[in-house]
Formats: sequence, C-alpha cells, structure tokens
Amino acid sequence: MDSWRDCFLVRWVWQQLGCDPPNHSETRTVYVANRFPQHGHYVPQKFADNRIISSKYTVLNFIPKNLFEQFRRIANFYFLIIFLVQLMIDTPTSPVTSGLPLFFVITVTAIKQGYEDWLRHKADNEVNGAPVYVVRSGGLVKTRSKNIRVGDIVRVAKDETFPADLVLLSSDRVNGSCHVTTASLDGETNLKTHFAVSETAILQSVANLDTLKAVIECQQPEADLYRFVGRLTLREHSEDIVRPLGPENLLLRGARLKNTKEIFGVAVYTGMEAKMALNYKSKSQKRSAVEKSMNSFLLVYLIILLFEAILSTILKYAWQAEEKWDEPWYNQKTEHDRNSSKILKFISDFLAFLVLYNFIIPISLYVTVEMQKFLGSFFIGWDLDLYHEESNQRAQVNTSDLNEELGQIEYVFTDKTGTLTENEMQFRECSVNGIKYQEINGKLVPEGVTVDYVDGASTSLTLEEELFFKAVSLCHTVQISHDLSDDCVDGLRFSNGISTQLEYYASSPDEKALVEASRRMGVAFSGTNGDVMEIKILGKLERYKLLHVLEFDANRRRMSVIVDSPSGQKILFTKGAESSILPHAKSGEIDRTRLHVDEFAIKGLRTLCVACRRFTPEEYQEIDQRLHDARTALHQREEQLADVFNLIEKDLELLGATGVEDKLQDKVQETIEALRLAGIKVWVLTGDKHETAVSVSLSCGHFHRTMNILELVQQKSDRECAEQLRQLDRRLKEDHVIQHGLVVDGASLSLALREHEKLFMEVCKNCSAVLCCRMAPLQKAKVVRLLKISPEKPITLAIGDGANDVSMIQEAHVGIGIMGKEGRQAVRNSDYAIARFRFLSKLLLVHGHYYYIRIATLVQYFFYKNVCFITPQFLYQFYCLFSQQTLYDSVYLTLYNICFTSLPILMYSLFEQHVHPHVLHTKPGLYRDISKNALLGFKPFLYWTFLGFGHAFIFFFGSYFLMGEDTSLLGNGQILKPNRQLMFGNWTFGTLVFTVMVLTVTMKMALETQFWTWINHFVTWGSIAFYFIFSLFYGGIIWPFLHTQDMYFVFVQLLSSGSAWFAIIIITTACLFLDVVKKVVYRHLYPTSTEKAQLTETGSGINCLDSMCCYTGGETACVSLRRLLDRVMGHCTAPRVTRCGTSLNSLCCQRFSYKLETDEPAALDD
Amino acid sequence: MRPPSRSFANKHEPLPSQRPDNTAFTQQRLPAWQPLLSASIVLPFFFLVGLSFIGIGIGLHYSSNSIQETEYDYTGTLPGEACYECAVSAAKFCNCNITFNITEFFQGPVFMYYELSNFYQNHYRYMISKDENQLSGYLNSLKNPANECAPYRVNFEQKPIAPCGAVANSMFNDNITLFYNENGTYVEVPLNGKGISWWTDYNLKFRNPIDGNLNLSEIFQGTAKPNDWLTEVYNLSDDPYNNGFINEDFIVWMRSAALPTFRKLYRRIESGNFTNGLPAGEYQLRIVYTIIISFQGRKKIVFSTVSWMGGKNPFLGIAYLVFGSLCTVFAIIMLIVFLKYQGKIDDDI
Repeated sequence: MDSWRDCFLVRWVWQQLGCDPPNHSETRTVYVANRFPQHGHYVPQKFADNRIISSKYTVLNFIPKNLFEQFRRIANFYFLIIFLVQLMIDTPTSPVTSGLPLFFVITVTAIKQGYEDWLRHKADNEVNGAPVYVVRSGGLVKTRSKNIRVGDIVRVAKDETFPADLVLLSSDRVNGSCHVTTASLDGETNLKTHFAVSETAILQSVANLDTLKAVIECQQPEADLYRFVGRLTLREHSEDIVRPLGPENLLLRGARLKNTKEIFGVAVYTGMEAKMALNYKSKSQKRSAVEKSMNSFLLVYLIILLFEAILSTILKYAWQAEEKWDEPWYNQKTEHDRNSSKILKFISDFLAFLVLYNFIIPISLYVTVEMQKFLGSFFIGWDLDLYHEESNQRAQVNTSDLNEELGQIEYVFTDKTGTLTENEMQFRECSVNGIKYQEINGKLVPEGVTVDYVDGASTSLTLEEELFFKAVSLCHTVQISHDLSDDCVDGLRFSNGISTQLEYYASSPDEKALVEASRRMGVAFSGTNGDVMEIKILGKLERYKLLHVLEFDANRRRMSVIVDSPSGQKILFTKGAESSILPHAKSGEIDRTRLHVDEFAIKGLRTLCVACRRFTPEEYQEIDQRLHDARTALHQREEQLADVFNLIEKDLELLGATGVEDKLQDKVQETIEALRLAGIKVWVLTGDKHETAVSVSLSCGHFHRTMNILELVQQKSDRECAEQLRQLDRRLKEDHVIQHGLVVDGASLSLALREHEKLFMEVCKNCSAVLCCRMAPLQKAKVVRLLKISPEKPITLAIGDGANDVSMIQEAHVGIGIMGKEGRQAVRNSDYAIARFRFLSKLLLVHGHYYYIRIATLVQYFFYKNVCFITPQFLYQFYCLFSQQTLYDSVYLTLYNICFTSLPILMYSLFEQHVHPHVLHTKPGLYRDISKNALLGFKPFLYWTFLGFGHAFIFFFGSYFLMGEDTSLLGNGQILKPNRQLMFGNWTFGTLVFTVMVLTVTMKMALETQFWTWINHFVTWGSIAFYFIFSLFYGGIIWPFLHTQDMYFVFVQLLSSGSAWFAIIIITTACLFLDVVKKVVYRHLYPTSTEKAQLTETGSGINCLDSMCCYTGGETACVSLRRLLDRVMGHCTAPRVTRCGTSLNSLCCQRFSYKLETDEPAALDD
Repeated sequence: MRPPSRSFANKHEPLPSQRPDNTAFTQQRLPAWQPLLSASIVLPFFFLVGLSFIGIGIGLHYSSNSIQETEYDYTGTLPGEACYECAVSAAKFCNCNITFNITEFFQGPVFMYYELSNFYQNHYRYMISKDENQLSGYLNSLKNPANECAPYRVNFEQKPIAPCGAVANSMFNDNITLFYNENGTYVEVPLNGKGISWWTDYNLKFRNPIDGNLNLSEIFQGTAKPNDWLTEVYNLSDDPYNNGFINEDFIVWMRSAALPTFRKLYRRIESGNFTNGLPAGEYQLRIVYTIIISFQGRKKIVFSTVSWMGGKNPFLGIAYLVFGSLCTVFAIIMLIVFLKYQGKIDDDI
C-alpha cells in the first residue's frame, strides 16, 4: 500500500511537472471489459484515466507555476532581481517603486492566463463530466466520461461523440460497420466507414458482450490520427483467434457517430493518451522580427544602464576621495557606515545606482506589446473585407504573436490547388482507349464529332468506355449521404433508382467530380452495402464485392481497389498520377494516352490515369495472403504494406485518363500583381504536373506572357543539374531587361538542393516568379527553409489549404491556412486563416502594414519615454555628489509607466492609421516603405534614443536654468499673495522636471498620432488631466502610512508659480520643436511614398473637434454636442438624441458611415 | 477597398452568425481627425509661436530686469574682509559688521535671503536624516527619534535629540540684523521673520508636540538640542507661534534645496519706515557669525525686490527670446526653401 502511494505521489509530481511516466513496453495489452486472466503471466499496466486536462494550472499550483512561467521571461526576471536588490541593500528608491509595476505586470498577465485557464477548466469539466454508458458487471451503467478506464466497453449512441479512442466491437448493423465524421478532428466532413472485426460484430447486446473474452494488443499511444496498429485475440471455445486491427477499426475520441443507432467499443486510449489529446501539443513558438529587434534594443539599453551605473560609482568614489565631500561636518556618517567593508560598500553603491537607473529598461513594454497584439488581432476577425459571404467564414487568428510580421513579408509561397484555385472540380475531358472525349452538356462526345450529333440520351457505351467508367466509379473513397433518410440506416437502402438525388461526399474533390461525371455518363455509383459496392450501368444494377482497398498515399500517388466482379473475376482498379501509373502500364494505348494527358495538362486540367489488372484465382490468393500478413504485422507494417502494394500495382492495363478542371479563384491575378508591386516575390509550389502548373501559373498572372520562362526540369543526374543551373545563371545575367520566370520540378529540385544550393538560390533570386511543380509536402517545407536561412534572411509566408501544406505552413515565418474544401488541417496548423486567396492582399498590405507601424512605434516610443524618464535622474547625480538621491518622488517613479504614460501609446498602437486603408490597398508600393524592418533599424533606433536623451537634457537643464540660473533660488511671486516669496526645494525641482516630462512625452505621442479618434483624444488629454488631478490629490493629503511627507503641497506650490508655467510651456515646446522641424523638412524635401500617399487622401474633412464626437454624414460635432447638451438639460426628444448618445456609449459609432463613403447610406434605424 | 455594401432592408432574414459587425469600430472606420504636419500648417504655427514667444520673452525680460537685486558676500575667507576674524576663530559667538551703500531706492517689499554655495542639502544621506513624525509633534517620536537620524539621533549622553537628524543639526543660525544710517545714527531696519515658509508647512505639516497643559520646555524635557545648535529648539523665539518646530526659519531650512548653491528666504522688510522699500544710503549688516564654514562654500546676504513672476530670473526671458527668434528664423528659412522648391515638390506629389 505504501509503495503504491509512493508510486502515486511520484507520478503525481511527474504529472505536475509535465512529464509523463516513460512507457517501457512497445505495445499495450488491453483486456476487454477488464477481465484479466485469473492465472498465467499477467503484468498489470498502468494507463491514464479518461480525464482530459487541457488546462495548465490547478487552483493549488496556479500561483507557483504561473510565477515560474512568468519569471522565465528575461525582462520579468530582471525586474525581480532589481526588486530583490532593493530589498537587500539600502537604496534611495523604495522597493515599492519597482515592486509595484512588476506586481502590476505580473498580475495583468496572470489574470489573462488565469482567465484562459479557467475557460479551459470549464471546457474540461464539461467534457470530463459528460454522461456515458459503460458495460459493467453484465449491465449498462451510466457514469461520467472521466471514469472510463482502458478496457471498458462503452456504448455510444447516434450523433454522440466518442469519449475515448475505442476499438469498434459491434454496431447495430449486422456487418458491424458504422459511419463517423471527423469534422472536429481534421475538418473532413465526409462520412467515414469503420468496421468491427467480424467475430465481435455479432455481439450486439450487452448480454452477448458480457461473454466476450478478448485481449487487444496495440501500439503505445501516438499522435498520428491515421495510424493504428493492433491485434485482437479472441478466446472462443478455448482456441485463440487473432484478428488484425487498423485505423478502420479505431473510433477516435472527438469524432461523432453518424447514421448508426449505437455501437459498442472497447476503450484503448483514454484521456490524455487519446490521439486527439496528443494532437493538442502546442506548436513551436514563432518569433517575429520585431520581437528580435526588441530584444536587441533591450540589450543595448542594458549596456547603457550598466555604463551609467559604473560611471556613477566611479565618479562617486572620485568625489569621495576628498574628506570634505565625503563627510562634511553637516553630514556625518554613522559608526557602522564608517566601519563597513570598502568592497561591500562599493558593490552596494553600484547596485544602488543600478536600481536608481533601472527604469531605463521599460518594464511595461512586454505587457503592453502583449496586450496590443492580443487586442489588435481582433480587427482581423472583425474585418468585413476578409469575410467570405458564400462560405460564411471570417478570418481567423490563431496566434496574435505575428501580427506585425504580416507587414514584413518578402516571399510568399503558395499552394496551387484550393489556394489559387477554387478546388471545385469540373470534369472536362477524358481519354479512353486512345480516344479523346469531351463532356458537352452532360454528354460524352468523342473528339472530332460535332455536338449536334449527340442529342438524345446516351444510349450505349462501348465496352472500353464502360470499363473505364466502371473503374472510375469503383475506385474511390466517396461516401453517399443518407442523412435525408434516417430510417434507412438498416443497410437495405437505395435498391432502386434514385440516383439523381444521391449526394456524394468525398475528402478529395477530384474523386467527387469523377464519380459524378461517371454518373452523368450512365455509370452511377449508388452506394455500398456492407462490402458490396453497387453501381448502375445505364439503369442496370451490378454488385461488386469489395475485397481490398489499397489506400491513397502521397508517395505512391495512386489508390487501388480489388473487387470481385459479378462474373466472379477478381479485378484491380487503380487510378493515380500519370507518373505513377504509366510506368507500370503494360498494355493499352499508352503512348496516345500519354499524349492526351499532356494535352490536358496544357489546358490546365488536372489529370489522372486509370488502369486495371485482372487476377487469376491463384494470383489473387497469393495477394490476399500477403496483404493479410502485411496488415496484421505489428512491426513495420507500413513498409511491408508498401512493398505488397508495389507488387500488386504492376503489369497494369491502361484504360485511359481523365482531365478535371479546377476553376481559378476570384481576383487571384489582381492579388498576385498587388503582392508583386509590394515587392513580395511569389512562389507557387504545387504537386501538379509541370504543364498543368505552368498553364495555371499563366492564367493566374503568376507568369506573364512576356516573361522568359526558364526551366529546370527532369534533371536526372547531379552533374546535368549543375550544368543546367550554370547555364540558367548565365542567361539571367546576360539578359536583364526581360523578366524571368523559373519552373522547377520536385526531382530536379532535390538534386539542386543537394549540392548546388547557392547556385540555385542565385538563380531563384534573379527570377521574378518561381514555380515549383511535382512537389512532395516535405519538399515544400524544404524550399521554404532554404529561403529562410539564406544570407538575407527574408521573411517568408506560406499559404495553403491542404494537409500537404502543413509542413510548409509550419516552417514559414507566417503560415496562412485557406479555409477550403480539403479539411481543416492547414487551418489548424496555421497562424492565420482566411477564406480566399484574394484576402491575402488586404491582410498583408493593410493589416500587416498597420500592425507593423503600430508596434514599431510602440517599441521605439517605449524606449524613448524611459530614456526621457531616467536620464534626468542620472544628470541629477552630478549635482548631489552621486549620493543616489532620486529626482522624483517614489510614487511618480512607480506610476510613470503604469498610469501616466501607458494608455496613449496603447490606444495609438490599436487604432493608428497613418494612411487610409483604401490607399494602402490600392497602392501596394507603400508596402516597400516598411520592408526590411525599416522602422526598427539601426537609424530609427538611434534617432529615438538620441531624441530621448536630448529631451531629457532639455527637461533637466531647462528646469535647472529656468528655476535658478546661478543660484538655487526658485523665485516665486504668487499672484494671490504678491508679498510672499517662497522657497522651492528639491522635490519641487523634481516635480517640475517630471511635469514637463509627462507633458512632453504625451505630446510627442500626440505628434506621432495621425489618426485621432475620440478614443485617442480621450486617453491623451485624459492622461494629462489624470496626472494633474492625481498630483493635486496626492500632494494635498498628509498620508498617514507614508514614511515621509516630501510631496505635501509641492505640486500646488509649483503650479501657483507663474514662472513655473512659463518654464513648462517653453521646455515642452522646445523639445517638440526640433522634432516638428525634422518631420516637416523630411516630408517636403524627402517624402517617402507613404507620406505622399497621405496627401492623396482628400483630407477626409474631419476636424479635430468633430473627431472627439460621433456624427453622421453631413452633421458636425457641434450639432451632436448640442444634442447631448439638450438631452442633459431635458430639451430634446428621445429618438433624436439616441443617435449620439448610444454611439458614445457603445464605444463606436454604430452604423455611422465614414465620410469618405457618403454613398453608403448611414443606416441606423434597424 | 470598400466593404461590400449590404442592405438593411431585409430584416426578416437573420444574418449569418459568422458575419462580423459592420460598425465603425470593428471596421476601423471611426471618424478621425487626420492632421498632417505639412509646411502650410506648421509654418504659420511657427510664425505664431515665434512671434508670441518673442513677445512673452520681452515681457519676462523686462519684468526680470525691473527687479532690483544686490548681494553681499560675508564669508570672510580672505584676510581684510570684515568677517575674516570670525571665520578663522573658534569662538562660538563672533560679531562682524558689513557696511554697504545702496545707490538706488529699492521698491518694497524687499526680501532678504541668505545664500550658501557648495552646501549639499540634496545629499541622500543628509536628506533622509530627519524624522517627520517628530516634526509633526508625535510624542513617541520626540523621545524616540527615527533611526534615519543617526548619527544625529542621540547626543553623547544618549539623550534623544529634538529635532533630530543632519538637516536640523546644520540649520543656518547666523543672526543678521540690518541698520540704516540715518543722518549718522544707525537705525535698525525692522525685519519680519514671519510668513517666510509655506503656509501648509507652518500650519499643517510642522506641529509642536502637545502634552496636556505642559509648556514647550517641559514637553521637551529629556531631549537634547542638536549638537551644533546654540540654543534649544524651544528657545528659538519669544513668539510662541514661532517657536519650537514651527519656527519659520527652521521650517525654511528643513525644505532641502535642490542644488548645492541655494538661497533661502530670511526676512521680509515691510514695516516701519521701510514699508515702501529701502531708500538709497548707507546700511550696515550686523552678523552674529556662528555657522561653521568648513563646507568650502560661500555665504551671502541678498536683497531683492519682487515682480509678478517672482524673483530675478533673467534666463526665462532670454530663453523665450532665443527660442522665439529661432522659431521665426526657422520659419523664414523653411518658407524660402519651400517657395524655391515648390515646383519640384508639386511634381513629386
């Protein structure tokens, strides 16, 4: 018992630390219904319970774990150290000054993370507490989902989700099949059929199941949704029957049961070991370029800080060398001070200076950036322009960390199918037995025959045609929806002709198009009944027993079925890419078909070849055996299967080829053109054939007709490839005038990448468009990585819609998923998801541009304002014998970053629009203005830093001279009491500097702001007002809990001085003067294109007053203000005032149109 | 790009749930003022600011210049100076007189300051060396001063010092009186030592301890005077409202100066025959020289009149003048440049 507890404790600790206990054995053994063998060798295995824990924290460990997580951040850790130093040594600033902001930052982050975790807990509890039915002790027991143990038999009813990964035992159907949809797992909406092992399929009742004695052996949990290898051993009449288990037997947690009344399954993977849970693993963190420059800025400031601290310490000791400065008669040291160790004193002095100047590192930078990113990212989802009406999908932000990276893209890698094209397949042409056919008005017309010839219904098909379409309608994974007929789920359905109402569902749009086309031609697939496929040939039903399915995979690029034809012959039908079929074809019109396939490709059609193979009974027997062996193998099953498949899919008889058209998406050409104008290079990476790819490339504007298209295709050897590359390079260098496009295929690419990366990159960079065809998914990622790590380190973006794009999406700096037809996998792995390719231009050119400008200014401004803040403190040390006396009061030190100057910059970084979005969108060239991290480069950084230091000098010396040029007298004639002449002390001096600083820093932000909504007005003037109100309040009371009352009435005294006001005005103006001059001069003499674009707007005509209030088109602010006044005074009728009133309340002017768009009616009455 | 316009007419058909709200806020179309820092706006503004600052500068300069100010150094570092004897002697009390002439009538009210230089009142160790609770009249703190006061917390007898700390200890305690030579006889000029501190300091922040009906000296029983003081804190003045912790000279001293050279208000001249000011003539400063000068600084007496904007402060006026001119000059230069390049800029845009 004790040892068990220890074990439990250890496990608990391990779990809390996020480590799972290591799995020792390679397989797990599951005893169905937990009926363990009474005797014999039996090693109990421990499995996770069925609790899903997506939350990171519990109530108990939240505080320590969250703190630990947060202090792993270097900035937070730095401030923690500063805080601890303050606690330890005698420093001029109280620990509160850095403790409170740190506490604030930590709390804000903790609240955000706590809230998110609370939501996760709620979701977890809902899932874990969901009622489930489990077969226990001979009956059906209702329990909670979290109580399911591995080995339990679970009953799931129709439309319920599976509570754990279950091995299907039986369904209400005789053949033990059931349908599921995995929409929530991978987004594929088609129905998938899963099967029970025939021996258990008959156990359709609880009583029957109770007699089952079986053991399942399967692999340890792994994340791949489509892989499952296991073995079911049944003990029946004291003899063991072994059956293989594969993915088709496994029902995944999270999938939903469809069209089946109920199923029984045994839980094999539970809780966090379920495949769904294993897929929760967070993606690797991507960091944006801005974040990297932020960190290097931080480093620079850290060096400045150290330098200032060291300099101050050295100067302090230089001064102190003389007794009269070290210890004058009026300022004696205590005995303790005198006797303390010199070295310790030196260190503590250094630390004290470090603490004094530590605010130069902006503590709230990270939390503000985080908030900006989090809040700012909502605008993407909210954007109507990124909303796709037809599919009812809005843009989706999966990570807000990369918002600004959208403004930095230099290379776009795009998939073709489903990204540039609709992925809406239309069957166009086919080639059967060497004859080319076209589909015209739903009729198959051979080449050369005029259309009017075929008018009536297709009466007959030639034998070849029939076989071809039979192949097409048998060799697929298409499902038929039975949703309309709920009561027909008993497996006896569609026995008579209702083919026209049939709805096909398929994960591959190509297959769907082909099966549909085949139906139009008279060979209709009408459903499967158990393992019998039914097709109707011109109304005549034929049943084919489905013997084997050789599933599609990306390496083979083909799929096959083996069926038992009504005549009893075993036939293999296979279909796939021409490159993987033609080489294996032995008979049929190979050459002419090849010719036709090429013709299709040139037209931009997607091509597939169809072939068959007839087996003799002996052959089939051997194949059947080998397939069975391979499928039941527990080790290296994939490899063995691949070998068998290759053995089967050879000596094919070529039947023909199909050509399917994929329509281009809307405005692809314009989008690609806009991206190119924005200085972004577009690469198309596709798995399609060379000719298809080129023709699509041409039609979507990726290649121009005027472009000189270079080719690097079908390179067989390394040397050949290198030679070709060199040749291309030469041609590129010779001919600068014309634009070049490059076509590379997968095979040549891998050759080029293996040895000649540099040369290849050289060629690529000189081409304005690159097209890579015949690419495998991993190759796509490889290309992206190659560019990513090239010396220029360009920022890359990958966009795609399918599972084959996932690796590239994850590899690129920014990954964008298209919410298309090929499931959700790309969307789930992407950083952003949009519904259409054309949205990319707004996402990059407008949103990306804004986010970049906003965050770049945010970062620069933060460093600027902290330099302004702390440099006067440094300068003051020169006037107080480096005694570490602070210039500002502790409360001001504390609140500067978190109250007085935090909101204007945050609001700026949320709302700034330096150029109208329409202009940004229509002038893609503006994107170049911010490329290469232009606003966070070395020069802008220097500019802001020097500006900060300059301003700090002006604050300090301005106050110094103006308030006491040759003496420290602060001359002050109070207007109210002219015969009084009061003295100002050091705190007044500090407060003057601080006041000037708050004003200047806020006004500097105001100068940067070019888009003044009422929110900006509110926070800017509000911050200043808050500072004044707060200071009056703070200085107006003798605070009982404060140690000293230094600030008592200081602020009031300062403001009652006329000179102080004049000083404040001139210092603030002088600070901003040079900045304004610089801005104006640059705007007029060296305008950037962005600045020029700002002029092209017709000034929108909104003046400052108007922007503080809402108004409808044509109304001025004064009108609405008056209304508000009227309302306050009770003069106005309610409906009239609600306009401005509600809009002010709801933070936005609901339905109020923008003045530029006066043609849009200001609809506010719905 | 204009968002696809949608009609609001069809109310019956519910909007799809995914559709983002078409509000000015979500669409980032809040009405906004978009100022541009272009020359056409900035130049007039510069002219305006420049000229108005020149105007203000002239005003400030004039009013600063109209302030009469004169100062007399009485440190006595060089032999032959009036207070040299006192400066070098070790005596506790030492008198020295300085005679000077005022050539022009000083328009009243006239303020008298003492100025110390190279005296670091803003030293951190110095500044924290006080006990605000003690000065606010808390009896506990009176007998048990805060640790920050060390080494001026207790005297050699371990008696608590009141007021404790380095600041209080080093209080300026030269006693200065002013005499006017009226036809050969020196008449004392009445100096007013009241109303020289902040009202709030005098009335609210600094409080004498109160303990029943005991008078000040009884309350301070058991405490010691600061080491460098000549008298106990309850003997600073005969006026009970200017004695103890609410002695205004003391309060003025306790407001530590920002910079090592500082002036502090000493007296106001506003009564008797001198209500209107100091007439021209010969004056004599009679100084009881006490403060030890080993701080390497200078001691001065300053007389100054006052204007609406405070004491003499030429820099403010100069700064306004300089900055105003700079602004105007810049504006002119930019105007010329822009006029010259106008064509080119227009082409660019």
